Parts: sequence; structure tokens; C-alpha cells
Amino acid sequence: MNAIEINNLSKSYPGFELRDINLTLPTGAIMGLVGENGVGKSTTIKLIMNAISRDSGSVKVLGVDNLSGEFIAVKEDIGVVLDEAYFPEVLTPENVGKVMKNTYRNWDDECYYNFLNRFRLPEKKAFKDFSRGMKMKLAIAVAISHKPKLLILDEATSGLDPIVRDEILDIFNDFTRDETHSVLLSSHIVSDLEKICDYIAFIHNGKLLFCEEKDKLLEEYAIIKMSKDDFEKMPKEAVKGKKVSKYGVEVLVLKAAVSNTFSTEYTTLEDIILFLARGDMKQ
Amino acid sequence: MDVILSNMSEQPIYEQIYTQIKNSIISGVLKEGDMLPSIRALAKDLRISVITTKRAYDELERDGYIYTVAGKGCYVAKKNMELIREEHLKKIEEYIRKIQHLAKACNLSHEDIIEMFSIIQEEE
Repeated sequence: MNAIEINNLSKSYPGFELRDINLTLPTGAIMGLVGENGVGKSTTIKLIMNAISRDSGSVKVLGVDNLSGEFIAVKEDIGVVLDEAYFPEVLTPENVGKVMKNTYRNWDDECYYNFLNRFRLPEKKAFKDFSRGMKMKLAIAVAISHKPKLLILDEATSGLDPIVRDEILDIFNDFTRDETHSVLLSSHIVSDLEKICDYIAFIHNGKLLFCEEKDKLLEEYAIIKMSKDDFEKMPKEAVKGKKVSKYGVEVLVLKAAVSNTFSTEYTTLEDIILFLARGDMKQ
Repeated sequence: MDVILSNMSEQPIYEQIYTQIKNSIISGVLKEGDMLPSIRALAKDLRISVITTKRAYDELERDGYIYTVAGKGCYVAKKNMELIREEHLKKIEEYIRKIQHLAKACNLSHEDIIEMFSIIQEEE
């Protein structure tokens, strides 16, 4: 079974369009959703939760169509964290725990308090006095403590310091030790996604440019620095993006289509995405 | 068993795992019948993708170093001496190629190399 299955999903607003998104998140995997600001990452997540209406297409979450009546029950198994955590200002983590206990069937108090401890969140401090990092951590603690099978996070690590981000990534990593658990997280911090994701989906100009195994991307693509003469001789189908300077060319290539006489640079996911995005803009 | 992965290496991650587990088996650090960590546990401990780990295990199984018991896990297979010999032969070939390459750069003849080899052997 797949945790998320999106088929031909489209949604447009004036001045914004998301066209024909096809995306599959296999159960047990972590998928990173990458794209520039305002490209439609959050819209995609809202569409997955059926929080906004779509123009066309279908979405299945944990095997259930999200337009069907059963989806309400499935929501118990989904933990969602949006880029801003909203809890009533005066509530303390202790209060929030009580509310959630009466909201979710599978609420696990022990797990919740473990997380409060682990995150060093004060149980009796009002939400309004929390820092952004603390708010995010509380939202994540709540999302995991109702024992979901699927975690969906929208920019959950942005605006947090590297140590907290790493701590949170560790939690997602541990969460998927159970092979029935899956994670979808959007971020523009590509290095975070590179650390933990199995799959990377890249949305650009309203289209899904690719949805691919992360290691396959890192294996298939490479950056080569070469002279302009050498660049002229490159087979065109091998070139996926380029950056021309006065003294040479940096080229993103498909390794398989290039002779290995060129020495490749150490290439990160961020490089690949930057080059692909640039290449697409010029077309 | 140690598994040390390098992001900077030219070698893909799955190959690094494959080679290191294979070497642990050949050198006897992992013995016949030893249980390997589960694919998921290894992936999560190494903080790498499950798909990558699975690929490494698949190749180890294909090459006869490990076997899978459905529902239980992966185990080190009986050491196949033929296989290990083959592995060593491959390595020797690889080194000879390197020697050839270097010899060419220094203008050494076939005879020079054989002489060098004989001298070194006598020393031992």
C-alpha cells in the first residue's frame, strides 16, 4: 500500500497554478517536497488533507480517497504540522495535552510527556510566551503523540537553529523505524531533506519536475567544470543545466551520458535542484 | 562490524555498504549464520535511505554472501571458498593493471617487472 497517491491533481488561483501533479509516497518512506516560495508546496499539502477544493484529480491517503466519507476516520492516523503552530495563546502544554486526550482516540499521554521532556518544554508556561522553536516542537510533540501512521509537515524546520533542526530530523528518522510509518515534509532547506529523505519531489513553476529516489539523483547527476570549447563538444542530451562564467562553464550532466575523462565535482542535492530550476527557466 | 560511509566518495553509498559488509564476511568479522541488522534498522542507524540499504543487501544476496529467511531476517551465508578465491583473483588482476600502468609511465619493460617481482619474492 502507498501512504499517499496523487493522480493528475490540479488547482489554480488567479496568478497561481498547480498542474497535473502525480506523486506516490510508498509506505515506510520519507519524502521531501522541495520548491521555491509560493510554488505550491503548501497548496499540495492542503489538497492532500482536502482542506481546500481541487479543480481536478484524485488523492488517496493511507489507501482511502480523501473525498470519501471514510477519510474522516483516516484523519486520526495523520499527524499534520503546518509552518505556524496555532494553539490558543493562554494554554500551557499541560492544557494542550488534556484537550488532545479528549480529541484523539489513540492519544498517548506518556509519549506526549516524554516529548515535552525531550524537547525541554515547560509544562506550565503559556503558549504565547513560547519561542518559534518551542512552538514548533510542541506542534510536533502533539502530532506524534496521537500515534499517526503518516506525518505531514509543512516547513516544520524553517526558522529553527541547526541543532534543533537536527534533533527534529532525528525524530522523523526514528518515527520511520516502524515500516508502517511514512513522512511527507516540505522544506526549502534542501540540506535537511538530503539528510533524511528516501524520495525527493521537486515542484517548479506549478509542475512536478521530478519525484525520484534521493540516492539515484545523487548517483545520476554530477557537476563538471570545463572550458567553453569542451562544453561545445558535450552531447546535448547529457547537459541538464549550466552556469556560464567568463572563464569556463559549470555543467550539470547525466553521468551515464558523459565519458569519464572529465572529473566530476562533489555534487549535493541542492546543486542538482538549483541547476535544474535554472535550466527550466531558460526553456 | 563497522560501516563507515563517506558522502564525498565517488563510490555510491550502496556500494560502500556492499563492500564493507563483504569485507567483514571475507575477513571473518562476520561468521556464517550471523544475523545481519534488518534493512530498516541499518538504514535508520546510518541515517541513509531504506532503498539504498535494500539495494546493498540485494546485491550481497545475489552474490551469495548472505541469504534471507522470509519474516526473520538476513544471515551470513556459508563461506564459499571458490567465491572468495575469485574475489582475490579479481583484486590481483586489478593490481597488475595498476602496475602495468605505472610501468608504462616509467618506461619499464616486461622483463624489468618480472625481475623486480623475483627479487621481492626472494626477499620474502
